[in-house]
Amino acid sequence: MSRADLSQRVERFLAAHDPTTTERLEFLRARYDAGLAWISYPEGHGGLGLSQDLQPELDRILAEAGAPDNNPQANTIGLGMAAPTILAFGTEEQKQRYLRPLWTGEEVWCQLFSEPGAGSDLAALATRAVRDGDGWTVNGQKVWTSSAHLAKFAILVARTNPDLPKHRGMTYFLCDMNHPGIDVRPLRQITGEAEFNEVFLTDVWIPDSQRLGDEGQGWAVANATLSNERVAIGGKAAPRESGMIGVVARTWRDRPERRTPELHDRLLRLWVDAEVSRLTGVRLRQKLAQGQPGPEGSAMKLTFARLAQQLSGLELELLGEDGLRFDDWTLTRPDRVDLLARGAGYRFLRAKGNSIEGGTSEILRNIVAERVLGLPSEHRIDKDVPWKELAK
Amino acid sequence: MSELDLLYSEIEDDLRASVRSLLAARCDPAAVVAMYDGDRSHVAELWSCLAADLGLAGLLVPEERGGQGASAREAAVVLEELGLSMAPVPFLTSSVIATTLLLHAHSELVGAVAAGERTAALVVPWSTAASDTVPALRLTEGRVSGTVTSVAGALEADVLLVPVATPTGVAIYAVEQSATSVTPVVSLDMTRQLADVAFDGSPGTLVLADAKPAIRAALGVGAALLASEQVGVARWCLDTTVAYLKERRQFGRVLGGFQALKHRLADLYTSVESAAAAARYAAVALATGDPDVAVAAAVAQAYCSDLAVAAAEEAVQLHAGIGMTWEHPAHLYLKRAKSDQIALGTPGAHRTHLAALVDLPR
Repeated sequence: MSRADLSQRVERFLAAHDPTTTERLEFLRARYDAGLAWISYPEGHGGLGLSQDLQPELDRILAEAGAPDNNPQANTIGLGMAAPTILAFGTEEQKQRYLRPLWTGEEVWCQLFSEPGAGSDLAALATRAVRDGDGWTVNGQKVWTSSAHLAKFAILVARTNPDLPKHRGMTYFLCDMNHPGIDVRPLRQITGEAEFNEVFLTDVWIPDSQRLGDEGQGWAVANATLSNERVAIGGKAAPRESGMIGVVARTWRDRPERRTPELHDRLLRLWVDAEVSRLTGVRLRQKLAQGQPGPEGSAMKLTFARLAQQLSGLELELLGEDGLRFDDWTLTRPDRVDLLARGAGYRFLRAKGNSIEGGTSEILRNIVAERVLGLPSEHRIDKDVPWKELAK
Repeated sequence: MSELDLLYSEIEDDLRASVRSLLAARCDPAAVVAMYDGDRSHVAELWSCLAADLGLAGLLVPEERGGQGASAREAAVVLEELGLSMAPVPFLTSSVIATTLLLHAHSELVGAVAAGERTAALVVPWSTAASDTVPALRLTEGRVSGTVTSVAGALEADVLLVPVATPTGVAIYAVEQSATSVTPVVSLDMTRQLADVAFDGSPGTLVLADAKPAIRAALGVGAALLASEQVGVARWCLDTTVAYLKERRQFGRVLGGFQALKHRLADLYTSVESAAAAARYAAVALATGDPDVAVAAAVAQAYCSDLAVAAAEEAVQLHAGIGMTWEHPAHLYLKRAKSDQIALGTPGAHRTHLAALVDLPR
């Protein structure tokens, strides 16, 4: 389908569903049913099976017509991680049940993966799912769960067979967060706020119809989810001087009295690094658009994290006395991270998470070394040992 | 600042393949090392193959003036390959820098240079940045006098493009190399050996009056494309080191399995990919005449110069003992990378220039 055909199709849709008079949710559902939600998804699931390249054009036409959007910022895990995984591994019934309300934002999703004892080594996770009639009973503890207090559903990985080696004994589920056995508690972090939660699961029953993929296939399904996470974190298009470098450059321009040759040199080095990182992102996206995906996104994220940390550190020094002050330690529950909306001290602290969340920089270096450069894998002494026999 | 295509076209891939196969056949690594012992006997023949047979000498020259009519994109691909194989040819000095100057001057000389019949060099110290003031020689009744030290490409050139002081400003005169005294310099990088050039009343022909903008443009194009050579140098260092660490065993294990080394190589890969994007952007901005080209070139030079040195240093360190030998080619890349870092402006000079371009005043 050409751009022109798509434009015509959108015009016809808008003629039939006037965004100025149609109720928001009704409009969004109709948009989904017309295949105009996520354009690259298949017909019948909110898309038309077209190139993702057409999505910005589609969004632009609809926005210009005054159409409401699905508030994607409020459901980043759902849209960015749950949806592509459900699309790839879900049954037809599951896709029909979950994808539409996910896209419209009626149902927010969260991710129950990490555990206190399973961070980088996610496959060591200990949350147990045990067969129970035509479903599963789940017990365990998850951590670093954003949006858990808002979510209707979660993507969940649990251990279903502890007698198998760790990678082979896991199964992936779609978990109803309204189950009474689920206890969500805010996890206060280094910045004083609580973006994330701890989630305690006690005798949570999940019907087998909410299993995603086969029993024992959980690791493969989870990896599909996580590959989406890394692209989402590292790969955003951005104009020059956007993000952290823009903040520091503006501070430099606004505060001539704070300038020193030493700070100037560091600023210029980081400006160059930030611009090169931006260009690397542009180039990587061009490669991806040509269908050359790969683990290169991990390299992007390594750079992004380092830059965010160096720049936020430089900003505090540049502010001098003002860098000693902090804007607010109150325990708040932000529904999304906006580094630019807070003070320099907040940026400095929050950026420390950039090299930890979505794969630590150490793990990402292993990924680049092994999957891009073809260097030998880390020794995995636990690979063939039944999970229950591993040292915990 | 529209989004430019930073990937390689099929034509560029084909060009790369041609250059690579010719260099594989004709650029003998042993002959390259021999240059450090003063043997330059293979340079002329290798350059003749590349310049005339492949037509690289006229790559940047429009077809109606006897060239290939290609752009900076293609020149950048050639430079990546020349850096990768350490080919000791005057492509950058003659076919990029001198040619850019001759094109600006609408000089008749460009046809012979494009055809590979003549080889030209701009006579400035190789460390000169586009933003620097170039040393201008004396001119008396059409004769040039004075000395310029550390000139790249002068040994290979038969015609020298010389900045001279005139009452109306700096002009460029063409002087036959045979009418000057060219003294080879023992150089850090003997694969791009420098020379001190002395003019003692050498007869010259006016190429361009009021030549400062053209000199600046030529050195600017040279710097922007030098970044691609640096990417080639860095990529050789990365690829060779990765390959070596997959084979080399110590402590009963392949070295590439040690995480301390894997992580360094992962970081190096990340930086090399970043350098490739920066160099590509500079080449594409040049090719398309994008108004952002000055920023693109400064960013590419500031980044790629240091990165190529870091890559070569990692190559030597991770090869360890063998990397310190004359026998292993790693040293060629370290010497080239360090020389390239200083050539056409240091990274610091490019950052200083950038500060003014992007409004980050001291």
